[in-house]
Amino acid sequence: MNSTSNLKGRKVVLHDMCLRDGMHAKREQISVEQMVRVGTALDDAGIPYIQVTHGAGLGGNSLQHGFAMATNEEYIDAVASKMKQAKVSILLVPGLGTMRELQSAYDAGARSVHVATHCTEADTSPQHMAFARKLGMDTTGFLMMAHLNDPAGIARQGKLMESYGAQTIYVTDSAGYMLPEDVTARILALREVLKPETGIGFHGHHNLGMGIANSIAAVAAGASRIDGSVAGLGAGAGNAPLEVFAAVCERMGIETGVDLFKLMDVAEDLVVPMMDHVVRVDRDSLTLGFAGVYSTFLLHAKRAAQRFGVPARDILVELGRKKMIAGQEDMITDTAMTMAKARGLLQDVAA
Amino acid sequence: MKKIRCALIGSGNIGTDLIYKIQRSPVLEPVWMVGIDPQSEGLARAREMGLKTTADGVDGLLPHVLEDNIQIAFDATSAYVHAENSRKLNELGVMMIDLTPAAIGPLCVPPVNLREHADKMEMNVNMISCAGQATIPIVYAVSRVQGVEYAEIIASLASKSVGPGTRANLDEFTYTTSNAIKVVGGARTGKAMAIINPAEPPLIMRNTIFCVTDEKPDEARIAASVLEMIKEVQKYVPGYRLVNGPVFDETPRGHRVSVFMEVAGLGDYLPKYAGNLDIMTAAATRTAEMFAEEILAGKIQLKAVEPV
Repeated sequence: MNSTSNLKGRKVVLHDMCLRDGMHAKREQISVEQMVRVGTALDDAGIPYIQVTHGAGLGGNSLQHGFAMATNEEYIDAVASKMKQAKVSILLVPGLGTMRELQSAYDAGARSVHVATHCTEADTSPQHMAFARKLGMDTTGFLMMAHLNDPAGIARQGKLMESYGAQTIYVTDSAGYMLPEDVTARILALREVLKPETGIGFHGHHNLGMGIANSIAAVAAGASRIDGSVAGLGAGAGNAPLEVFAAVCERMGIETGVDLFKLMDVAEDLVVPMMDHVVRVDRDSLTLGFAGVYSTFLLHAKRAAQRFGVPARDILVELGRKKMIAGQEDMITDTAMTMAKARGLLQDVAA
Repeated sequence: MKKIRCALIGSGNIGTDLIYKIQRSPVLEPVWMVGIDPQSEGLARAREMGLKTTADGVDGLLPHVLEDNIQIAFDATSAYVHAENSRKLNELGVMMIDLTPAAIGPLCVPPVNLREHADKMEMNVNMISCAGQATIPIVYAVSRVQGVEYAEIIASLASKSVGPGTRANLDEFTYTTSNAIKVVGGARTGKAMAIINPAEPPLIMRNTIFCVTDEKPDEARIAASVLEMIKEVQKYVPGYRLVNGPVFDETPRGHRVSVFMEVAGLGDYLPKYAGNLDIMTAAATRTAEMFAEEILAGKIQLKAVEPV
């Protein structure tokens, strides 16, 4: 009973994020054994790319972003050595991760990389992009918080990344803020300027419940790679839930090459039981999507709320107003302290 | 009063801002600006401000070093050309202040170890990075009270204040700053990260410093040490300000001390949000001044470094 769709026959490459973006939702506490178990099940379900490591990617182990249970190399090596068909991918944010770490991730078995910058700062990535290509890795330029740049700006930044060597350019809705028309406009703008052989990808978050709709809009506008996360395990209200997206693709005749029922089983039997909290749209994650705040800030804001007595929603709205971006997790504590002082809940040390 | 004559190499943001800082100095005088692009805005501005300029790189400056009595040079080019620049100028007896991440000379954070470098008459000192200048004084302020096993710093910079050189070489920034957190800051391990934020209006530079102490922190002594250090830095960067902390908590990694700083610039070349530019140029100027004072007082004499 497939409905007829004008996307019938389109091919889309799925990229699972639950073992990297999902680390944010698990406060970086996914064990090597869990990663291997989920990774092999995803490989078996036919997922072609699986991202692993610390939620913040290479160089992520820190007080700023939390310490994982193993090194990135340990996660990569453990999962990559078990893959039958899937490639293991990683995330590298220049300013946090370095080329030394890229080399050691490659040595451990990573073969694909998202080189990520804020959506206006592509020119911080040429070294890393060139080095990834030199290593022969599948290299993606990942424009984060893409709602903060207009379609023409995204096109310019994507073109820069293409010139550095990126083979695919992603529109990354880190805040889960975009509506389908926002996605369409940015993908179309990229398609217009990029070389025909350069691919386009979309990475959605589900904070406004638009993860699937936005991913479909991306495909309709010309994207051929979609990031999602099995059971949605990821920052904020989670990534676009990958098994749901695969089901919608199957209904629309979009070819993903994955085994839908196996994917559903991974979600239900392996990933949902790992969750510390139900990853869904709730008051705080909805605030992220509504205010355009980086999804990873969610749990940090909840912790700061508990510690300084300022509601998480108030902190998140203030961070949105101050235009804080990915990587500025320290400013969550700082903002909460400043708000607590203004509310008479905290004393200045220097006073 | 006699002043020590200086050359500035690199006509980008840092080089240009240095002109303003050095012109205000009672002991330094900016004489030459060296660039590589005859059309560059930086060289044109330098000429307007009364400096001699060359667009032929350091080689364009060398024939004039002795006749113009240049004794101190500031290098704000890139890590890749600094070593050559330094070698050529050292051979003529010119002391180098290195503002690139090359770090071939000892690392300098003025309130921590400038005195030591001046006493040793170092012919090349490195200023680390803007984030290093903004955070290492605080790491040191904690480590002089008690042992710091690990220090981590996060620098948030306004996009408009970060020039093409820094953007293209973020890894060098990371390596140099992480190393300096240990070598100068006194932590046993260090990690540095940089965030470039494009918000409009631009955000003032922010720095967060986390230190993990070996023993439970002596809160009162650490707070006093940090506040005292901030006063020292404010002597050359008035906009260096404590926003929050020190605050103390327990993490899985250990006892954590967190300090949240803001650095507003003087608004010389770039507006006040570019505290990152100011703290670098102000620290470099402060360093040059200490050497200049010693030279003028006849306490030290710069010697040409013999060609190897």
